[in-house]
Amino acid sequence: MKTIWKMLFIVSLLSASLATAQGNLDVDTPAISAIKSSMSQRHAQLAPLYASGAVGLKSDGSLAVHDANAVPLAQRGKLNALVAAENNDRTALYREIATANGHPEWAGDIRNTFAQRWIDKAPGGWWVEGSRGWTRK
Amino acid sequence: MKPVSTWAAMLSLSLAMAGCVTINIYFPAAAAEKAADRIIDEVWQLKPDAATKEGAPSR
Repeated sequence: MKTIWKMLFIVSLLSASLATAQGNLDVDTPAISAIKSSMSQRHAQLAPLYASGAVGLKSDGSLAVHDANAVPLAQRGKLNALVAAENNDRTALYREIATANGHPEWAGDIRNTFAQRWIDKAPGGWWVEGSRGWTRK
Repeated sequence: MKPVSTWAAMLSLSLAMAGCVTINIYFPAAAAEKAADRIIDEVWQLKPDAATKEGAPSR
């Protein structure tokens, strides 16, 4: 009988570690923190652009200029630069989360997960890209 | 009785180990979603402690 209890003990230990492994992804590396703070700072400039429809959330986890006419001509260059910088950060973020967890090949899945959650969490009035093109939430 | 139970314990042990291997191969979708929510809340400065609150408004 003793052997059985030992076995069961080992099994429960393994399941416990299994649950831990499944519970969380490590997202607390210095690289990820740096990207996050850069994105939060940029968000102050992006927020009004989302609201006006100048910028929208794409279905692939990136941003796109949705309606350039929503910003004055003089500011269009800045608009494009903001979108490009944000997309660089987002790509780096997806890649860093995948590598931080020892699976660089997960970057695409992480991108898809984020794409869905950015769109789900977007406040009303923002433009998002779905399977049938752009819609306003 | 005893040999059979030992065999069963061995079987569950090997199943548990197979489970560990599986976790390392397949993408942990639920964990990724949780991580995404945390990061999006931080970047967009949405309800910082919503994760601990039950029944918080979803948007």
